[in-house]
Amino acid sequence: MANVPLSRIAQARSGDKGEGSNAGILARSQEAYDFLKEALTEDVAREHLLAINPGEVTRYAADNMWVLNFLLSDSLGGGGSASLKTDAQGKTHGLALLRMNMDVPDSVLDATPAPREDGTS
Amino acid sequence: MPSRPPVRIANGQGFWGDSILGPIRLLREGPLDYLTLDYLAEVTMSIMQKLKSRDPDKGYATDFVRLIDRVLPELVEKNVRVVANAGGVNPHACKDALMEVIAKHGLQGVKVAVVEGDDIFGDLDSLMDEGEAFTNMDTGQPLADVRDKVTSANVYLGAFPIAEALDQGAQIVVTGRGTDPGLVIGPMIHEFGWGPDDLDKLAAGTVAGHIVECGAQCTGGNFTDWEQVPDMAMIGYPIIEAQADGTFHVTKHAGTGGMVTRSTVVHQLAYEMGNPAAYLTPDVVADFTSFEITDEGQDRVRIDGVRGSVATPTYKVSMSYQDGWKSVGQLTVSGPDALAKAQRCAEVVWERLAYDGFTYSEDQRMVEFVGANVCHEGIPIPEAGEPSEVVLRMGVKGPDRAVIDRFGSELVPLVTSGPPGVTGFAGGRPKATEIIGYWPALVNKDRIQPRVSVFTSPSA
Repeated sequence: MANVPLSRIAQARSGDKGEGSNAGILARSQEAYDFLKEALTEDVAREHLLAINPGEVTRYAADNMWVLNFLLSDSLGGGGSASLKTDAQGKTHGLALLRMNMDVPDSVLDATPAPREDGTS
Repeated sequence: MPSRPPVRIANGQGFWGDSILGPIRLLREGPLDYLTLDYLAEVTMSIMQKLKSRDPDKGYATDFVRLIDRVLPELVEKNVRVVANAGGVNPHACKDALMEVIAKHGLQGVKVAVVEGDDIFGDLDSLMDEGEAFTNMDTGQPLADVRDKVTSANVYLGAFPIAEALDQGAQIVVTGRGTDPGLVIGPMIHEFGWGPDDLDKLAAGTVAGHIVECGAQCTGGNFTDWEQVPDMAMIGYPIIEAQADGTFHVTKHAGTGGMVTRSTVVHQLAYEMGNPAAYLTPDVVADFTSFEITDEGQDRVRIDGVRGSVATPTYKVSMSYQDGWKSVGQLTVSGPDALAKAQRCAEVVWERLAYDGFTYSEDQRMVEFVGANVCHEGIPIPEAGEPSEVVLRMGVKGPDRAVIDRFGSELVPLVTSGPPGVTGFAGGRPKATEIIGYWPALVNKDRIQPRVSVFTSPSA
């Protein structure tokens, strides 16, 4: 077991979706996906993003792509043209989730190549 | 097994403002059958409607006409057909401008088609009389609440009118509002003769269209492991190699930068995703959890087995309305004590405005200290130290233009009457700008009539 940032075992893509945003978390391996499907729940994501998204978090899974898709209902400060925020389109919300530190089993880490050669993420 | 070579459909424009090098290089650097170009976003329609109300010859993506002027001889010579939603709220004005360009190049017999029927701005009242409520899909509010403030209303049309335009021989198809994937599905329907009941195939086209609709976002742009992306400057734009059975490959021209891998493609599949099992379009409901995705190496990713089901009886409508005013400005504050000084600056601005009788509620005002974790607010950043400088970014919004405008005049005075080290006021005094509200709604399909018309150069 090691405490690592989520970026060690997953990638992300995010963008605006109405008055909120979606953050897709892309597992780097089947093992990472199976682990995250259990560990990265709506509640865990909601807690981590609370300052960015005071609203609801809904999670969908796409097993064929190893994707967990998180919908953040109120993450844009009004959304679209009404938002005063710098990130009015949630472009950075995926990376925000990847900054989460998680306890990941060694078996998952061994099965998941690190994104950089020095093993960091 | 395939009885004919795959059809090559590229997307060279992800949004209005994307690089003109995308489509130019796609035409130059390898073979192509279709070039699609996406120029529209929700806010764009409202801006175009405003331009058209001032000048009846405006209201479309003028970038597109400039692009065609640059590449037309190459298009005709290589017989690449173009599908673009550049028509905005005035597709005939766009077509007229194209015809002028074609005439200037002295090319005869070039066919340009217009797909329209999406613009229901002028029909809203009669549609409401007929029983269409246009209830806001997000909030449940009736349109009557904002009816007098509506500035544009467009239906997302499907792909079949585009296919019809291609059936009639158009080299360039100009549309108004339609679904983004429809630009890619239209050529597939035309080439393969798919019908409305070919749900799995239409769903496959939808997946393909979604993958390429944001241009280089599936070829290594906006990719998590950005350091691995080769030659980002010369990034290749995406190409779908489509087959009649719905199977397709995502690829790019050989020798271009960027990369196409399972991972870059899945990045884009996750973009703007809702429920992946039910991706709604006017032609089909596509299941993004149904297919198999295979990385074949050498910038080739294969997708097969996409499943679709019958579409809903409604079209989505995108409306915009005048939703008040906003003003945002910024100053740069250097260290030492950059963050503390910027915080003091913000307090000073609100206090001076209050002295003059202008106050803004908590949800009508915003302060950001850019450089001190604005994007990832509330998330601890282990490597972060005291920032050596921050950008103070402040803004207000509300219904009264004068109140919003007053805010802007208290930002710049901080340079001489605030803490030391305040600079970067080059933009001058921020002014109130209109907030364009977005109103998503539905309309019954039988009330909308998509229309296709074809024009041949020379027009006279």
